[in-house]
Amino acid sequence: MWSVSEGSHATAAKLAPKVPMNETRSMASEKETPVRFQISDLNFFYGPKQAIFGLNLSIPVNRVTALIGPSGCGKSTFLRTLNRMNEIIRNTRVEGNISLDGQEIHGMDVVNLRRRVGMVFQRPNPFPKSIYENVAYGLRINGYKGRLDDLVESSLHRAALWEEVKDYLHKSAFALSGGQQQRLCIARALAVNPEVLLLDEPCSALDPVTTAKIEELMFHLKDSCTMAIVTHNMQQAARASDFTAFMLDGKLIEHSETSKLFTTPKDPRTEAYITGRFG
Amino acid sequence: MSDPRIMWRRALNYVMLTLTGIAALGVVSVLFFILGYLIWNGGKSLNWNFFTQLPKPVGETGGGMANAIVGSLKLLMLAALMGLPVGLLAGVYLAEFGGKTFSFVVRYTTDLLNGVPSIVIGIFAYSLVVLPVKHFSALAGGVALGMMVIPITVRSTEEFLKAVPGSLREGAMALGASKWKTIVTVVLPAAKAGILTGMLLALARVAGETAPLLFTAFGNRFGSPGFGQPTASLPVMIYTYAIAPYDDWHRQAWAAGLVLLGLVLVANLGARLLLNRGGAVRSV
Repeated sequence: MWSVSEGSHATAAKLAPKVPMNETRSMASEKETPVRFQISDLNFFYGPKQAIFGLNLSIPVNRVTALIGPSGCGKSTFLRTLNRMNEIIRNTRVEGNISLDGQEIHGMDVVNLRRRVGMVFQRPNPFPKSIYENVAYGLRINGYKGRLDDLVESSLHRAALWEEVKDYLHKSAFALSGGQQQRLCIARALAVNPEVLLLDEPCSALDPVTTAKIEELMFHLKDSCTMAIVTHNMQQAARASDFTAFMLDGKLIEHSETSKLFTTPKDPRTEAYITGRFG
Repeated sequence: MSDPRIMWRRALNYVMLTLTGIAALGVVSVLFFILGYLIWNGGKSLNWNFFTQLPKPVGETGGGMANAIVGSLKLLMLAALMGLPVGLLAGVYLAEFGGKTFSFVVRYTTDLLNGVPSIVIGIFAYSLVVLPVKHFSALAGGVALGMMVIPITVRSTEEFLKAVPGSLREGAMALGASKWKTIVTVVLPAAKAGILTGMLLALARVAGETAPLLFTAFGNRFGSPGFGQPTASLPVMIYTYAIAPYDDWHRQAWAAGLVLLGLVLVANLGARLLLNRGGAVRSV
């Protein structure tokens, strides 16, 4: 009897250090400017066609980093390398390093990575299920055994949707408006408590009022979440982000604090783009 | 107005419109003609006994086809058990996993299998199941019908899965779902109504097959418990009764035809209802 319980204690002690998340989080917060994603010398290929050229970028913890640039400059492709979503596409290849809290993401279990790095897409893509089941989906597939109700409610609160849907939780998600659906998708991503939220033009299909709601929601999420947002809307980048990266033809042209990039851009191409001379 | 070219164009327009209309009317009237004829001839002999009684010995009038109705349902159940899972999984493979070359081969083969004459399928099932055990059985008939169910199910499943927007797959995978989990928890539920419809139509399609049953399930004048004995089915019963020299049998053949057609119509209506209620593919 005793030896059995001792044995199980020993196993628990051995297992404990294998959970690196809290450790790296505390390490990061001790630093001066903690970095969540460190990207170095990133190249990306669709078959023979190179889409990203030698990109270096760091994405700071609990800040919003905006990625701007003309269509086809590779900003969405770049965003999708951060949770390895490009792996779904055949014949793609990545070179270079991407580390999340100091850990190379290509060595990670992809399920684990995507649990830590959530994503919101351009068009709202709720599942053909109830509002409740949409939010609970990530928890269910990850085998979460606790009380779902509380987490569903808190996730909907964080996505600023709770008040609008609390009486319709078991109605189909398709009954919601486009903006509500997009916030539902944000709530769905937040439910698994990700460290990072990737937003791929989340407002391009929404009206200005809803867009403002989502920007406000992003502002509040900064307490707990690192965000990277791809946007075509430069006002949005200026309003909602702390750092902005400008990309052109698969290369990172300029990256600095948003206020600096929009007022005193160093590169003439950045200036041309933000003043609307191309793109 | 009097320009002959304009008048010619108008006349041609009118003629073609009429021709297409007549053709369309022809299509509809063929079904209604068959249905009317069946009801006229079969309705007279259709009574409660038809559903509850076994066939009477030659020379006696009356009796029914309870054994054939049960037999047909048994055969369809076997065909569903054997054909639907294979068809569903292969359809999932084609829509979700398939590469280029192998998928092409599978798709092409499926279409060929769909085109194989049903009598040939029957011979195949005969040599596969009947010859080794040396007697006809419901199992053999089920195998033959199951083989016909597969290609229809494969292609309809594939089509309905392909209609599910890719954004749903991405959404699930971005939450950490594996590909298989994405398919099971999101893609298949989204296409559920469509896939079930395809399955129902596949079964309705083979319900009326006669040729593959002639030397597999064969036939039986009595009920046949289990799946290892020769089994009566509606289509084969119609064939046997229609070529027999007795008026009473002819009437019963008509009644059987009416029942069979009713079965198929109900399946079709059910499929249509499923589609309307759930939508072929539920998406944004």
